[in-house]
Parts: sequence; C-alpha cells; structure tokens
Amino acid sequence: MITFKLNGQERTFDGDPDTPLLWVLRDFEKLTGTKYGCGIAQCGACTVHLDGSTRRSCITPISTVDGSEVITIEGIEGKEAEAVRKAWIAIDVPQCGYCQSGQIMSAVSLLQLTPKPTDEDIDGAMAGNICRCATYHRIRQAIHNAADTMEG
Amino acid sequence: MTFNALTTTRRSFLAGAGLVIGFTLAPKVFSASALEGVQAGGDKSLSQINAFIKIGTDDTVTVLSKHIEFGQGPFTGLSTIVAEELDADWSQMRAVHSPADDKIYGNLAFGLQGTGGSTSIANSYDQLRKAGATARALLVAAAAAEWGVPAAEITVEKGRIKHAGSGKESGFGAFADKAATQTPPAEPKLKDPKDFVLIGQELPKLDTVSKTNGTAVFTLDITADNMLYAVVAHPDHFGATVKSVDDAAARKIPGVLDVKTIPQGVAVYAENTFSALKGRDALTVEWDLSKAETRSSDQLTADFAKLFGTDGHEAANTGDVEKSFGGNGVQTLEADIVFPFLAHAPMEPLDAVFIKAADGSVDVFNGAQFPTMDKKVTAQVLGLDPEKVRVNTQLAGGSFGRKAQFGSPYIAEAAAVFAATDGKRPMKHMWTREDDIRGGFYRPMYMHRMRGAIDANGNVVGWDQTIVGQSIMAKADLDETSVEGAANLPYVIPNLRVISHNVSLAVPPLWWRSVGHTHTGFAVETFMDELLQKVGKDPVEGRLALLSKEPRHMETLKKVAEMADWGSAVPEGRQRGVAVVKSFGTYVAQIVEVSTGDDGAPRVHKVWCAVDCGVAINPNVIKAQMEGGIGYGVGAVLFDAVTLGQGGKIVQSNFHDYRSLRINEMPAVEVAIIPSSEKPTGVGEPGVPPVGPAIANAWRRLGHGAVRRLPIVSIGSV
Repeated sequence: MITFKLNGQERTFDGDPDTPLLWVLRDFEKLTGTKYGCGIAQCGACTVHLDGSTRRSCITPISTVDGSEVITIEGIEGKEAEAVRKAWIAIDVPQCGYCQSGQIMSAVSLLQLTPKPTDEDIDGAMAGNICRCATYHRIRQAIHNAADTMEG
Repeated sequence: MTFNALTTTRRSFLAGAGLVIGFTLAPKVFSASALEGVQAGGDKSLSQINAFIKIGTDDTVTVLSKHIEFGQGPFTGLSTIVAEELDADWSQMRAVHSPADDKIYGNLAFGLQGTGGSTSIANSYDQLRKAGATARALLVAAAAAEWGVPAAEITVEKGRIKHAGSGKESGFGAFADKAATQTPPAEPKLKDPKDFVLIGQELPKLDTVSKTNGTAVFTLDITADNMLYAVVAHPDHFGATVKSVDDAAARKIPGVLDVKTIPQGVAVYAENTFSALKGRDALTVEWDLSKAETRSSDQLTADFAKLFGTDGHEAANTGDVEKSFGGNGVQTLEADIVFPFLAHAPMEPLDAVFIKAADGSVDVFNGAQFPTMDKKVTAQVLGLDPEKVRVNTQLAGGSFGRKAQFGSPYIAEAAAVFAATDGKRPMKHMWTREDDIRGGFYRPMYMHRMRGAIDANGNVVGWDQTIVGQSIMAKADLDETSVEGAANLPYVIPNLRVISHNVSLAVPPLWWRSVGHTHTGFAVETFMDELLQKVGKDPVEGRLALLSKEPRHMETLKKVAEMADWGSAVPEGRQRGVAVVKSFGTYVAQIVEVSTGDDGAPRVHKVWCAVDCGVAINPNVIKAQMEGGIGYGVGAVLFDAVTLGQGGKIVQSNFHDYRSLRINEMPAVEVAIIPSSEKPTGVGEPGVPPVGPAIANAWRRLGHGAVRRLPIVSIGSV
C-alpha cells in the first residue's frame, strides 16, 4: 500500500507499484489536468510538483512516491501560481491547450526558485516542455509579466 | 448549399435543435464526470434560437461551432462574428462544438462537415453574420411583442435590448424562449463593416481560462464508470499485417482483460492504461511483410529520381520552356530538392471513447475534424444505422491535419477495437506517441527537380519544375495539392512548365499544415532566391519586380521589408532570408535573421511576418496563428523527418528522434496585419510555408550552401 499526499489530501494506492504517477492521477484519481504526451519524459505535458520540485509523472513509478507530496495543476496555489495564471490569461497563451498544464507547472516552479528570471533562466526551466502549437513566444512573455506583477 | 436554404424557416432551425436532443439518450452508466466533458450541442436547457445560437436565461449566448477547436481559434472567431451582428457583449459569449450533421453544419467550402484548408472563418463569415443578425431580429420581435412597441424603435447594444420611448430595457435571457418562437426575417439586415464594434478587436479567447487550470476536457480526459482501456500493437512496417500472436505473457499481466486481433493490429484491453501498455509490451507478434513497403527512404529517393524526364501530368506550360534555356548568353541553374515524410505529432495522440446506450445506440467522443465521416465509419464498423451513432466532438490537443482523414481510418481502428468487445463497458482507445510517430498519414516524401534560365540582361526567363511524390487526394491524374503554389507561380516568368508525377507507396499520405505549400513554397522560394542571387539582385527588390500582377503579394512583401528595416546593417555573423507565399487565400511574407549556432545548426533569432488575410476578425488570434505557424515550420525544417530504414522499417518513434522545436529554439516573432476590407481568409496554415525557405535562404547566404535535402539538421536518420 502506497500512501501519498495529493493536493493536500492523504491518498493511498494498492495497485501495481510500477504504475507511473501519471496514470495513477488520471485513471485512478480522475485528475485529468495532467496530460500524457510521450511517456518518456521528453515533452513535459505530465509535469507535476513532487515534494516541491517539478517531476515528469510519466516516468515516476508510484512506488517512489510513497510518503511524498504531489501537487497537480488542479491543486497548485500560491502567489506564483496566481501570477502565472493571470499572465497566461492576459495574453491568451494557450492554443490547443493540451500542454499548458505542464507548462504552467514548470513556470510556477521557475518563479518559486527564481522570482525574476532572465531569458536564459526561462530557456533552462522550460526547454523540457514541448508545445506543438509553438506558443513559446507568449509563454516567455507571460513568465516575464508574471515576474513583474509579483515584484510590483 | 446556401445559408437561406438552411435557415429561413422555423422548421430548419428546429432540425438543428432536434439533433441536440439526441443527448437525452446518454446511458445511465455514464458517470457525472463524463457528462461534464460532453460538449456537442451544449447545454440542452438553453433556448435554441437557430442552428448556431443558444441563449440562456442568464443572458449567456452560446455559439455552436461547426468547426473543431484545436487551438486555431474558431470558438473565438466564430463567436466574434455572431456577437457582432447580434450586438452582444463579449462577456456573455460562450462556444461549444455543434453536433455532426452535414446538412446544417457542413463546411460551405466543401459540403461535408469538416475543418481544414484554413476555411473556418472564410466559409462561416456570411453564414454566421446572418445567423447573428437573425437571432437579433428574433429577440427584437419578441421584445416588441412583449412591450407592445414597434420593433423599429428598439435598439440593441452590448447585450441590452432597449426601447427609448417607453424606457424599457432587458437582457437577452428574458426573451430567449419567446424569440425562439418568432418568425425569422427572410433576409436579415447586416451591418455595414464600418460599424463593426467587435470584429477587428483583440478580444480575449473564449477557451483560455479552462486551459490554464486543468478543467478543459479533451478526449483523453473523458472518463466513464467501469471503462475499459485499450491500446493496439501496430507493425513497424507500412502495409504489414498480423501473421501470428503469442499473448500468453500479456494475459498474465494484472489488469489485462483480453487480447484480440483486429485488422489494424492486436488490441489489448485492460482495467487501466498502464496495464494495457504493459500487456502490449508483453505481446509477441509476428508480422506478415508480403504486402509491406520494404524500400528504405534512400531507395525511395532513388526510385523517385528515375521518374524525372518521363511522361508526367502537366500542371502548367506557358511560352516555350526548352527554347528559353537555349538562348544566347543564357545562364542556367539546376537543383534537386528532397523532402522527407513528416508526422503531424499533435500533443494529444489519437484517441476515442465509445459508450453504448441501453437502446444499442453509441456515443463516440473524439477530436472530430470530419465529424460526419467519423459517424458514418463508426456506424459501418459497428454494423449500426448512422442515426444510432452520436459523434461528440471534443477539444483536441492539436491536429495540424492529422484528424481530417477520408474514410476516418483512426476512428475505424478505434471502432474495430470496440466492436471486438461485447460493448457492455465504455471503452477508451488511446494511441501512444510511438503509435503516432510511426502511424503514417504523413506529409508525403517529395522530390523536386528545378531548372531556371536567366537571359543576358539578368531576367529570369525560364522556369521548369518537376515534382514527384504521392497524391494526397489519391488521384491517378494531376493532384492540384501536389503543385499548388508552383503551377500558379505568382512571379511573371514568360516560359513556365510544371510537371507532376504521382507515385504509389504503402505509406499512407495526408495533408499536413499547409498541404502542398509545405514543399512547393520551399522549392519555389529557395530556387527563386538563388536565381536572384546569381544575377546579383536584391531578394526583396528582385521579387517585387516579378510580382507586378500580384498587388497583395507586393504589399505584404513591402510591409515585411519595412518592419525588418530591410537593407539596414545586420549584426556580425548573421544573415537574413526572405520568402513570400500565398496559401489558402492568405498572403504571408516573412524575413528571418539566422546565425550559425554553437552546434553548427541554424540559430533563428528573429522572424518578421506580414499577413494579409482580408478582414481581420480577431487580430489576437491571427497573430497567435502566425507565431505558432512559424514555430511549427521552424521545427520541421530544422529537425523533422520520418525515415524508413533497411527493409522499410520505420526509424523514428518519439520526441527524442522526431524533434519538436523547444522554447530555447523559438525565434522572437513580430507580426503585422495588412488592413483590408477583402473577405476574410484563413490563418491556421498560411504562417507555415514561408519560414522554411526564408531560413534556407539566410543559411545559404551564411555560406553553408543551398539546402537540397530537409531537414537541415539531420538526426536519427539512416
């Protein structure tokens, strides 16, 4: 039996311990905001926060999550999350929207660690998140805007 | 089909409403969470004013989008058109997908209901203006009757219906029911475009908020109680079929329920996705390659080249091309350009959910780009009357052409997987990224042979282009999609010949964001640039001199040159390239600034983009589509190819060897929209074609030689 905290609530899982966190979230917890995109940690659509850091849930066996705290797009809170969401909405970042949960989870983590990121910081933190609609131009702008609003 | 035939009678309005009622047949096993995902037709408690518009008692106006929303913006664009003529306030607008019905929701550009060819705005513009104006007239008639005042004295502004004389005022909701029973005008009065208050504004997109908090529902997110999860093992050769299956190990995986061979491969059914994937991994499948494509990409290229000089389909032939190459002092240039197979690789892989109701009817949930085709094919595979199938179009995580398929092969597969069950449990069928990259329906391989002639005065006098590749439209004769952009060359060249050869392969072809222009735009714009460079002409001035019959090309090109301050000093180590391509009625010119990166690959720093798409419905969406089209095109031209290795085995499998552009590789983009009163044309695809040749032109000017084979950066190839 694996026990972990999911968006602030105690959860348990007693299925196959190899099951990636992604499928536990989607199939068992019915939290579908976290997306499948590649299954091999290449695209970042499945990004969640595990004990405060970004994690690709598609390659994270649930067995390694025992005792940990998981935050998904449905549960992310705080001033960085608020600033990122507002910035995303203000300049209409999403197109198809499928990758955006992962983009936002990575962007929030970046701002938690680096409140005033440079373009290079953004490249470093966000290069693992693919957007096939190529909304990158607006993602970069929105992260800068979010940083500005947090400062101000 | 005309709008009038659809909508001037009350009866036809109700025909639209009747389809929505189909949802009451949703089965009991359907969980609440699944119902939340249902979008087709929207909330049935709303008053249906006409086929495209529902109004709620809370004053919300819901537009039924006949086009799928996968990021290109029809929810916002179509709602803008309706809101404009309805005089609604933007804050009250909502959008959902319409049901599947060719008669009511057909694409007026091609009859069938479908999204593609960048037609969503273009084919809906007149139709939805009339729908909006009709709904406005019905609301006014209802208010006039209720208030006992002449309709002519009633005004509507920002969602408020007012009668100045009596001081009466109301929102739309109070009159929604009554409006639905009024007689619509035969010809509703449309606004003079100069009076538009919403069209042309940068209105916020309607689907943004749900895409920032995880609540937007895609097909993969549809969840029903007691649902089966299915994946299919596919061959790694095109045209291969199942010879034998050993499923003993797969059946021992906890959670695996069944394994069945279907025409497309071997289906594994499980209690959850991971068990299904693990079960698939445990299968041992022997494939029959007797009808498979066993040539490698290199062999295909060699076979394509053999067709040059043989009889092909003539797409253009003006003047005397052969003679133009033989004149005194004529210089010639020749080039062969090879284009690879390209996968679309939308973020959401193909998927579908099937739920059978107690009466035997079936709900299909998928990102339906051709909803009525999907409906027909599902019915065929399941052996049902088409009226027993309801296609519920969902938001799709991209498509780029992938989900628009004649004969709906992926829905046929998903339906076959469902048909092999007893149908008692809902079923989700998912493709993995590997299935997607190796699944075919690619932008086909093409090979172009280019010949150009320049006379003693430095004028381009002869253009001879031969294109070899698969016919996307499966034609035996000339396929216009193979030669679009070349056969109708915008440049005035007195002697022009374009020949096309169709080849037949077991690799299924498909349109890929901007279709023929993906390769013709590259071939034409790089070869023209080389010809101009050969005679020392400026790439912008040289093009303008040849575009005398194309004023909109000229204006777009001049605009982008002005934006980039063309001719000004370029930073050390960088070069600029330009290209202009008209596709789907929209004119796009781009200038790129490129250097050689530390890894020896092109580094694209900046893209200036000018676009003329007629009336700009929503500049925000237009700019976003240019930005996205540029990023999609840059990634493909730099990195992407699906290749067949020795024996025809597919080489690539996932994003590690079928590279997507990443944020650190995305250029800065600046977009300008040419003001226009021409009818609006599409923007989903036209941003793509110019960027590849513009990069190649800059790359050549950096001294790297002309690009003769794509992608420019070769990874994972054989």
